[in-house]
Amino acid sequence: MSSCLDEEMDARLEQARSLVNALENGDSSQADKLIGELAEMSENQMFQEVGKITRRLHDSMNQFGLDERISELADKDIPDAKERLNYVIEMTDEAAHSTLTAVEELLPIAEGLNERSNNLLEQWNRFQQREMPYEEFKAVSKEIGSFFEYSASTSEVISKKLTEILMAQGFQDITGQIIRRVIQLVQDVETNMVELIRLSGGMSEGEQKTHKEPELAGPVVPTIATNDSVKNQDDVDDLLSSLGF
Amino acid sequence: MKILVVDDFSTMRRIIKNLLRELGFSNIDEADDGQTALPKLQAGGFDFLVTDWNMPGMTGIDLLKAVRADPALAHLPVLLVTAEAKREQIVEAAQAGVNGYVIKPFTAQTLEEKIGKIFERVDS
Repeated sequence: MSSCLDEEMDARLEQARSLVNALENGDSSQADKLIGELAEMSENQMFQEVGKITRRLHDSMNQFGLDERISELADKDIPDAKERLNYVIEMTDEAAHSTLTAVEELLPIAEGLNERSNNLLEQWNRFQQREMPYEEFKAVSKEIGSFFEYSASTSEVISKKLTEILMAQGFQDITGQIIRRVIQLVQDVETNMVELIRLSGGMSEGEQKTHKEPELAGPVVPTIATNDSVKNQDDVDDLLSSLGF
Repeated sequence: MKILVVDDFSTMRRIIKNLLRELGFSNIDEADDGQTALPKLQAGGFDFLVTDWNMPGMTGIDLLKAVRADPALAHLPVLLVTAEAKREQIVEAAQAGVNGYVIKPFTAQTLEEKIGKIFERVDS
């Protein structure tokens, strides 16, 4: 190594001397040629250095298993994360719409109930103050009867709609679980990037960060679901009944 | 009938509690993972356990196994309500002695049906 360096230094010194000679003798074409050669020499050296660094980085990455993990991140985990986040948008969209739909259906019902009961209240007050002729009372009592029927049937609709709103809130659990996984992935990418920067900075000692798959698979994201997962409650029921449930 | 609802997401606990209330069950307690649930169960008085699977601390499957291993709780009906959908997980839960398995997202009707079935079987 050192003899190789010495040779290099000797060659340079030789070229520098020739350059000084050429300049002293006023031989500018020879001087230009020598300057060009010197520049080329240092360029070659630089390329060799870059090559060495690249090689060292590659070796270190292999040694730390980074190479594999980074391509796994790029090939699978990042695209999966995009699908997961798209599914989060889809689920929140669905939940917001089903909540809004239920509210839109409930509001006119509430208005209708309010209007009819106000109307009846007015008549009821007149009746209590003995301001109502018998014929009119007969009509009003019929109306009261139909109002009872109406309120019984609408309260059924109201509780059905309220249950729809209640169930729509389930999105928070599912999307929360999915987002937690994406956060884990971002942390994993960060760790790998830091490791990569550390290695390319030439500090190659340090612990190897191993990637850990989450133990549980978590919510099914339809676009990236595999065959080892069930698709819906019917699949669960089928599987359980095949086990004798 | 006293019921314990275990889930790390408070929104899901509220949903399940409200559904149970609609079904006529009003004596409901909550826990946010297996570790807090188990002492409550061991303190006694519960007739039914509804639990999630994936929770920090102690998971639902470990809670189920702990319940089945405890002579005082071994016969407690347990319903898993979870987003875990791998076939091997459902089989594992069945082998651990779960009484019902509802997959998230679920409908009010599904929950009602599964609870109905569990008590049909327990009563018979």
